[in-house]
Amino acid sequence: MEHKKLTVYEDCLKKGVSRRDFLKFCASMAALLGLESTGVAQVVEALEKKSRLPIIWLHFQECTCCSESFVRTSHPILASLLFDSISLDYDETLMAASGEQAEKCLHDTMANSKGEYILMIEGSVPTKNEAYCCIGGRSALQIVKEAAAGAKAVIAWGNCASSGCVQAANPNPTGAKPAKKVISGKPIINVQGCPPIAEVMAGVVVHLLTFGTIPQLDGLGRPKAFYSRRVHDSCYRRANFDAGLFVESFDDENARKGYCLYKIGCRGPSTYNSCGIIKWNEGTSYPIQSGHPCLGCSEEGFWDNTPFYERRPALNAFGIEATADQIGLAVGAATAVGIAAHAVATNIRKKDLIENEAEPA
Amino acid sequence: MSERIVVDPITRIEGHLRIEAEIENGKIKDAFSSGTMVRGIENIVRDRDPRDVWAFVGRVCGVCTSMHSLTSVRAVENALGITIPQNAELVRNIMLATIYMHDHVVHFYHLHALDWVDVVSSLKADPAAASAAAQKLSNWPNSSEGYFRDIQNRVKKFVESGQLGIFANGYWGHPAYKLSPEQNLVAVAHYLEALEWQRQIVKVQTVFGGKNPHPNYVVGGMPASINLDEANAINAERLAFVRKLLEEAKTFVDQVYIPDLLMIAGVYKDEWGKIGGGVSNYLAYGDFPTNGYNDFENYLMPRGIVLNRDLSKVHPVDAGSPDEIKEYIYHSWYEYEKGKQAGLHPFEGETKLNYTGPKPPYEHLDIEKEYSWVKTPRWKEQAMEVGPLSRLLVAYAAGKEPQKSLIDSVLAQLNLPAEALFSTLGRTAARGLETKLIADWALEFYDQLVENLKSDSRMVNHENWDESKWAKTAQGFGLSEAPRGALAHFVKIENSKVKNYQMVVPTTWNGSPRDELGNLSAFEASLIGTPVHDPKLPLEILRTIHSFDPCLACAVHLYDEKGDYVHQTETF
Repeated sequence: MEHKKLTVYEDCLKKGVSRRDFLKFCASMAALLGLESTGVAQVVEALEKKSRLPIIWLHFQECTCCSESFVRTSHPILASLLFDSISLDYDETLMAASGEQAEKCLHDTMANSKGEYILMIEGSVPTKNEAYCCIGGRSALQIVKEAAAGAKAVIAWGNCASSGCVQAANPNPTGAKPAKKVISGKPIINVQGCPPIAEVMAGVVVHLLTFGTIPQLDGLGRPKAFYSRRVHDSCYRRANFDAGLFVESFDDENARKGYCLYKIGCRGPSTYNSCGIIKWNEGTSYPIQSGHPCLGCSEEGFWDNTPFYERRPALNAFGIEATADQIGLAVGAATAVGIAAHAVATNIRKKDLIENEAEPA
Repeated sequence: MSERIVVDPITRIEGHLRIEAEIENGKIKDAFSSGTMVRGIENIVRDRDPRDVWAFVGRVCGVCTSMHSLTSVRAVENALGITIPQNAELVRNIMLATIYMHDHVVHFYHLHALDWVDVVSSLKADPAAASAAAQKLSNWPNSSEGYFRDIQNRVKKFVESGQLGIFANGYWGHPAYKLSPEQNLVAVAHYLEALEWQRQIVKVQTVFGGKNPHPNYVVGGMPASINLDEANAINAERLAFVRKLLEEAKTFVDQVYIPDLLMIAGVYKDEWGKIGGGVSNYLAYGDFPTNGYNDFENYLMPRGIVLNRDLSKVHPVDAGSPDEIKEYIYHSWYEYEKGKQAGLHPFEGETKLNYTGPKPPYEHLDIEKEYSWVKTPRWKEQAMEVGPLSRLLVAYAAGKEPQKSLIDSVLAQLNLPAEALFSTLGRTAARGLETKLIADWALEFYDQLVENLKSDSRMVNHENWDESKWAKTAQGFGLSEAPRGALAHFVKIENSKVKNYQMVVPTTWNGSPRDELGNLSAFEASLIGTPVHDPKLPLEILRTIHSFDPCLACAVHLYDEKGDYVHQTETF
């Protein structure tokens, strides 16, 4: 079959998507990406001119929650457009082919689209013994190194691929490692969360399609567009924190009034994510809105920052921004790489540091 | 003359599954099922706060998301003697019904349908005839000639683009595909509609659990408070949203899923209603409590076992009894202190990781020895199938309504005997039929919740939340019916920490390797005798394996009683 690649826009036209719907999609993506109105034109232009991006999506030590989140991405046309604007050439969850036919899909894309395809990784890679994760008789480590070699860039979906997630929690029985520890020489975008928010995943893909570059990243390799705000700073319950109004236990009088969950363990002050802004499942809710403290799932090592229901460092005064930042600093320093206070964090993020040093397995 | 084939990866499942099969005279003579990935979550939750464990084990699976969290809070509540308020029970039931509907619909359309539906054949369909066929099937409004023509054009242009994405290298044109081009077109249209629908229904879990996948649970109840006079809590607006989502879900199940299932069953019944039965024992723990979790006699899905396909009797099951459920490792990459032959009840579970397989890259596994990361569970030494078919058979044998009447009416409609249930098609049909029931039950739970809220708004029982009230040692287990089958979590607590945690999950039952005596588990047994048209194209194998809806991340976990991992016998 002839490989004639159409631009996303041409493809949409062929699939019966109207220009009006196409522009609506571009505008909503521009809004998600935080672009100003002039940026809409940029998105439109990019999607009109570029052909569908080949994707290899690998699954290793994971639970498939990232894939599940990705398929929930919202605006009606967006779901269908993403399905069609990328060419998902290899993805074990959705692909029709199995066995040898599936492997052929992988090898064809690696050979025919060398240097063009995006490698998406869901799951960590075991290193204590390569045989802890094998597909088609080859180990995850062998597969990921080979697939990364010809990739244009790498997207590490979720906490597993970004920092190892639950299987890397103490005592990390299988030596589970994130993508950045087993791949070298490639830009890696860590789209954090367990799982990441659907529209964040879609937003990162559209950024790649639109600009042909990777988005600006923070010090942990996370796209700034979605991980530059603490959940605490964008939380609709923040006013309760500032006023010193706290839930003391689940479903108490204060819980029923929607007070702040900080004292029953909320990690919002040390967690960078878009939960309070984009929310989950088309803006339906997010953990705090539904009465549960933030677990901090977009942060490295959050599984060992436990017990979850234990209040974070003691708090003596409330009500002013400086205090909140100090709390964030104290907790953040303990959990990640010292990104906490706004000023410090901003400066680090400006460097666009991509952590990309491979460690020997 | 037999031929050995390998299908790895088995796609359109959760996790990493490999099937090796021997084919002789065009039929499968023997089959070997291997889980090829381990993580070790049971070990990771040791020494942690039992109230935190639901979050850890929730990450066992993001497809049947919420199942392990629910089962974990049940296990911890069982150990600590906590009974949850009625509202929390109803919210849990609504969330359980939600994941069932999501999981089963996604399985049918996005994981299983391409085994029965030829996407490329839909290009040859007459849209007018497809429209007429669809309108005969149901009242679903998206059924005009123009609608199907648009879908067909969309598929055509996609195929012509040369970038086939997830449809590349599929088995299109294989003679085992039997649907007419029009039926294929209807199914393809609904594949796309289901993709859109599935992201709506999960919002029910988001309202109560804050996000999906991986919504939040809490030991003692549910985290989202209900306050009808508060903007910052579950109030009438949130409840109305849930009601609307549940009604729309029921409409989709009744008007799209069930008619499509019956259409496909009608075409494939003569062949696939006779093969793929596999083991002849069926286990269900039951679920959907109506009078509290502890009163299993009043579950909507009953508990019990059907042995030897004898539908005249239901045998009781006690998952906590050391004489009933045991896990074996004869063909698995583990060691027991008592040797490879021993079987251990999950409370005493002990596993040492011991990879003895070939060094990757490899061509074949050593099927004479160990060949999987999945352990082999047995009930009184017998292999059990778990899942939708087991649930319906146990209900049928128990004479439970509305299950029995529904099964009888569908068998009559398809002109099939009850024996046809013991098959690949029976498994796939059972999944759809229970979804229909659950769509109704979800609305009943909703109505009961609203009724209960008139006099009671409690969501959490705080009584034993505080660890100072716990005994020095405690143990308990939680049972549930995950969409894929019977699920059990076992917890031992000592000095307020998890001493020991074990999970026996549906795909451990179904996808495990054979036992020492050579008795096959469900996947392997179900493949024996299946005709294979072309050994290079594993379509028939996919049909039967997919009928179980495998979940390998669930099936494999490792645990070591002493916390030591033993690697000295590894081959490299």
